[in-house]
Amino acid sequence: MQPVALATRNTASPTIDAMRGVGGTAIILALVVVGAGWYAITPQTIDQDALDGVEPDLARGEMLFYAGGCASCHASPGAEGEEKLVLAGGLRLPSDFGAFVAPNISPDPDAGIGNWSDADFADALLKGTGPQGQHYYPAFPYDSYGRMSVEDAASLRAFLATLPPDPTPSLPHELGFPFSIRLGVGVWKMLFARDGWVVEGDLSEQQQHGRFLVEGPGHCGECHTPRNALGGLQLDAWLSGAPNPSGEGRIPDITPGGLDWSEADIAEYLKSGFTPDYDTAGGEMADVVENISHLSDEDRAAIAAYLKIVPPSAAVTN
Amino acid sequence: MRHLYTLTLSGLAAAVIGSTAFAQDATNPAVSARQSLMGLYAFNLGQLGAIAKGELEYDANTAAAAAGNLAALAKLDQTALWPEGTSSETTEGTRALPVIWSDMDGFHAKADDLAEAATAMEGAAGTDLASLQGAMKDLGAACGACHKEYRQPDD
Repeated sequence: MQPVALATRNTASPTIDAMRGVGGTAIILALVVVGAGWYAITPQTIDQDALDGVEPDLARGEMLFYAGGCASCHASPGAEGEEKLVLAGGLRLPSDFGAFVAPNISPDPDAGIGNWSDADFADALLKGTGPQGQHYYPAFPYDSYGRMSVEDAASLRAFLATLPPDPTPSLPHELGFPFSIRLGVGVWKMLFARDGWVVEGDLSEQQQHGRFLVEGPGHCGECHTPRNALGGLQLDAWLSGAPNPSGEGRIPDITPGGLDWSEADIAEYLKSGFTPDYDTAGGEMADVVENISHLSDEDRAAIAAYLKIVPPSAAVTN
Repeated sequence: MRHLYTLTLSGLAAAVIGSTAFAQDATNPAVSARQSLMGLYAFNLGQLGAIAKGELEYDANTAAAAAGNLAALAKLDQTALWPEGTSSETTEGTRALPVIWSDMDGFHAKADDLAEAATAMEGAAGTDLASLQGAMKDLGAACGACHKEYRQPDD
């Protein structure tokens, strides 16, 4: 077992430590508030020249499409088989803040994202910023997708462009005040946006690949990690299970503290959906398995290897 | 003698408890029969799965036997196993959703998909390990597709 630690956000500031007196602290606080406000109204984008010379890799784009589970939200509700490649949107995602409705991301130039630039797409995927410079709500898991590279974004875009266009217009989200104000998302991003990996340490190449798939495109933590009152992930309880946002049941703990399956069990489950008792994956996990079954045996083995080195939930809560 | 007496008593107690439980559940024989069928699927899948995962060494005969059983089971005529009035809404101890009876054609189509995947596994299991491992995916997908649509989630 490799030594592994959960990353913690660095909040200590030598500048603040150096300041003495209430007045100085107040000034610093005011600056922080103004700075926070500035950040909040400034959606982030990728670097201007980040896409220069980037060659999209269609095969990798397809892998990321399935690892990312794009179709699970963006295909029409109830779509089966080939229909899942038509990303017309329309699925309602209930949450404590209201319902989010997945938009059309098919290559249709009007209803979908057909006329977006690659930079627009990368901004959306990696930064949660729309082409009009607006914040996206984190129901779109860009905080996980942001672990992908700009090359990955270009590759995924290239794959999405090969899928059928659909003219169905996107529907607005159904959010109550104040969550209907997108500005608030900027504050959310400032408070919770992840940078780097959750699980750090001396990881093997396989474990690193698994970490990329789980923490990045697979966005497993978005459901399997508990959230605080503001909807931010509790990174110190990474993958330790959470209430189901649908209100029914609980999304399971998949750290070694809650899941005693072997790596082979996990890999088989992600391929065929068979549990070690030869029951099948249920609920939304059935859709996840359908997506992950498109990946390679190596990819699934890497996910399993990574899950084995996630800090066990008991160690986190004690 | 005393030992035998104890055994008889405990046997009697078990029989009483058993019959009480049966009376309370009023289990429909069709419901228990179809659940037994699922158990037989799972047992044979367990053999194939253990081989696929490397827990059991690949042996063409063992693999082919399990796959053959599974294919035979998947081809059973199940008409009598799903009588009207045995859905999760009306019957204790079953997760069979009412949609089965309003969409019997779709339900049968899923059963045919399973028979097809099991037949493919029958061919693959006796060939080699890689073929068996590959066939697990469609088999699982066939099981899962039916459960997704026609079985109540266990939450």
